[in-house]
Amino acid sequence: MDFTLSPEAIAYRNLVRSIIADTVTDEAIEDIHRTGTFDLPALNFALAKHGLLERAVPGMGKGDPIELWILFNELEKAGAPYDGIAVSLMIAGVINAVGTDQQKHRIIPSIVSGEAGVCMGYSEPDYGSDVASIVTRAVQDGDQWVINGAKMWTTMAHVAKWLILLTRTDTDLPKHRGLTMFILPMDTPGITVKPVHTMASEHTNATWYDDVCVGDEAVLGEVNGGWRTMTVALAFERGVMGGTNQGVPLLTHFAKWVKQVGLASDPAVKVELAKAAIDMHVSTLLTQRAAWIAASGGLPGLEGSMAKLFATEAYQREVHSFQNVAAQPGLLGFHEDGAAAEGFIDYDARHSPVTTIYGGTSEIQRNNIAERHLGLPRNR
Amino acid sequence: MSFDLGFTTDQTTITDLFNSFFSNESRPEVARAAEPLGFDADLWQKTLALGVAGMAVPEANGGGGASLSDAVIVAEAVGAALAPVPIVEHMVAARTHPITDLVEGAALGTIALTPAADGRWSFVPAGAVADIVIGVDGGDIVAVRSTAPGVAPRNHACQPLAHRSSRDGDRTVIGDASSFERVVAEWKTLTASTLVGIAQRSLDMGVQYVKERHQFGVPVGSFQAVQHGLADIPGLIDGSRILAHKAAWASQPDVAQTIEPEFNEYTDFSVVASMAFLFAGEAAVHATDRSLHFHGGYGFSEEYDIQMYYRRARGWRLIAGDPRNEYVALADKMFGDN
Ligand SMILES: Cc1cc2nc3c(=O)[nH]c(=O)nc-3n(C[C@H](O)[C@H](O)[C@H](O)COP(=O)(O)OP(=O)(O)OC[C@H]3O[C@@H](n4cnc5c(N)ncnc54)[C@H](O)[C@@H]3O)c2cc1C
Repeated sequence: MDFTLSPEAIAYRNLVRSIIADTVTDEAIEDIHRTGTFDLPALNFALAKHGLLERAVPGMGKGDPIELWILFNELEKAGAPYDGIAVSLMIAGVINAVGTDQQKHRIIPSIVSGEAGVCMGYSEPDYGSDVASIVTRAVQDGDQWVINGAKMWTTMAHVAKWLILLTRTDTDLPKHRGLTMFILPMDTPGITVKPVHTMASEHTNATWYDDVCVGDEAVLGEVNGGWRTMTVALAFERGVMGGTNQGVPLLTHFAKWVKQVGLASDPAVKVELAKAAIDMHVSTLLTQRAAWIAASGGLPGLEGSMAKLFATEAYQREVHSFQNVAAQPGLLGFHEDGAAAEGFIDYDARHSPVTTIYGGTSEIQRNNIAERHLGLPRNR
Repeated sequence: MSFDLGFTTDQTTITDLFNSFFSNESRPEVARAAEPLGFDADLWQKTLALGVAGMAVPEANGGGGASLSDAVIVAEAVGAALAPVPIVEHMVAARTHPITDLVEGAALGTIALTPAADGRWSFVPAGAVADIVIGVDGGDIVAVRSTAPGVAPRNHACQPLAHRSSRDGDRTVIGDASSFERVVAEWKTLTASTLVGIAQRSLDMGVQYVKERHQFGVPVGSFQAVQHGLADIPGLIDGSRILAHKAAWASQPDVAQTIEPEFNEYTDFSVVASMAFLFAGEAAVHATDRSLHFHGGYGFSEEYDIQMYYRRARGWRLIAGDPRNEYVALADKMFGDN
């Protein structure tokens, strides 16, 4: 195995690092934590200006998956907000893979210029892991589709320009076969967005659809082919677009803090630091492998599952261990006097639980690995 | 494209060659019959005939010129088969001290992982069977040729362990103690890979077993609790394997040695080797534990192979000492010695 980054990849990485240094300021990070909207237009525009968003659309052929990995890995290591662009770029990739020419021309440029974000309406109040059972209905009426229903956890819906919406178009077909995906502007009449606040200050939303009317131009992929469109999206998401190195900023803050307060010489603390650092590095290597498979023309769905499963649980172990070491100062939030690791222990302890829930829970990843990698019998 | 996490054609050939060699010559019965010593002299002779002794020694020293990465592949096959032959120890010894006897395999070599105390190396891996032991004594690396005891204390891992003298015998100073860290890093890299082999084979055996074993009218592998206990393991194994290969890659002279925790970037050979050794050790312990457990009572019986893997997964890593010390030393390299 050869772990050498090509000179082009290193130049690319340095460019990403300099864009982060310019745009992801302390004030910007603070703002994001205050609003709970993990999206930073200044960063998106700067990436777009250098052509990096366009290069990062999965499968579009402008940049390779290694670049995509580098981009998101650098963003998450820096604690930069990337939730918004990760979804937007992934959906641009889906549009590129299954969309019509008209959709490609209308939507992709608005995403890669950094102007428009996309939000994802898959999950519903009653269906999360079993997303293929969703009940939001789209009914054909002449040359229109009329959509009615409710979605839950529609993150970024309050700022996004576009919405990708999973609906049921045929109730007679088996659950995976009666689904259709739509892509439509968020300002389409009939859409209501209400905030849902979370433990990690992350702002997400509940959304409602009341007689939302769109034409065929909004169907993304085939009618009743929504599950295939989902699979394309998941293959990108579980690959390399962030979410597997979120413990790195905490490690940096924590290592600095234990030095400041004189805990760094304690061998028990050193053991915890080394364990966390190893886990973070393994997480990145597993992600790098998924990127390499994608770059070699494969679909790293399973390898992405392995990376996500390991990395998110490792992140939670890290937080737990650092929280124990930091004890009372670790309970203090941002800006509190004497807060351990600048308040990040509190933050990461609030944030890390969601990482094994969204993007497919750990149990769903394990089902996937057990059935498809180990070849064990299906249990549902 | 940038990095390449695949094997070269040569490496695929090496993988196939050693896997088929061990599956013919080192079936589980061989490891079993070699207990408690953990060494099979016949198998060692057959291994030598494959050219293993000097395989990873530079051509300039009369060796086969294979890289440490190639040796990592051989080590994984050794672990998967629990082959009772000290290929890893010998390869490292021959690379460190490429004298003809070691390169050709006329003498069996090993390394002492910790410096001698009062002229004695403790718990030398393969120490019970090695003709030449290489290790640190005071400020020097010395190679000592003396008579192998041929017996080992009974131990958990069936390792041919022995305490050996760093003074008595034919003693040659071959270098400065400061350069021994690299030698131990090679051993950690290769041992990490044997642990990967142990973990992978244990997982495979466990998966096979739960597909065949029926309870309540269905294969036990259809129960989600069983599936989920196994599903964590592939990521641990693959992560360990990639780390071991990264360590081998980092050992090359042209790789810039960096340690940057804030960027989660490490290319320093001793750091990555230590990571690989620690992580693969935990992975092998976990994989063997789960696999044994999902064998039910049979896993606990001597007749089944998984218990042999379970014991070696623990023993082969603890030969290097308390893992906490390894974590501490690693943290000092990463975050500074405080
Ligand atoms: C902050 C946040 C942001 C999100 N953003 C979005 C978004 O932008 N768009 C979107 O569509 N969705 C989003 N989600 C939804 C997310 O994808 C779901 O939460 C997730 O898929 C899990 O579904 P659920 O919450 O309904 O849990 P459930 O599916 O009800 O699961 C409950 C528990 O049961 C377990 N479980 C379920 N099925 C199985 C099974 N077969 N085997 C074993 N265990 C099982 C789960 O692992 C979990 O522990 C977001 C969620 C959060 C919390």
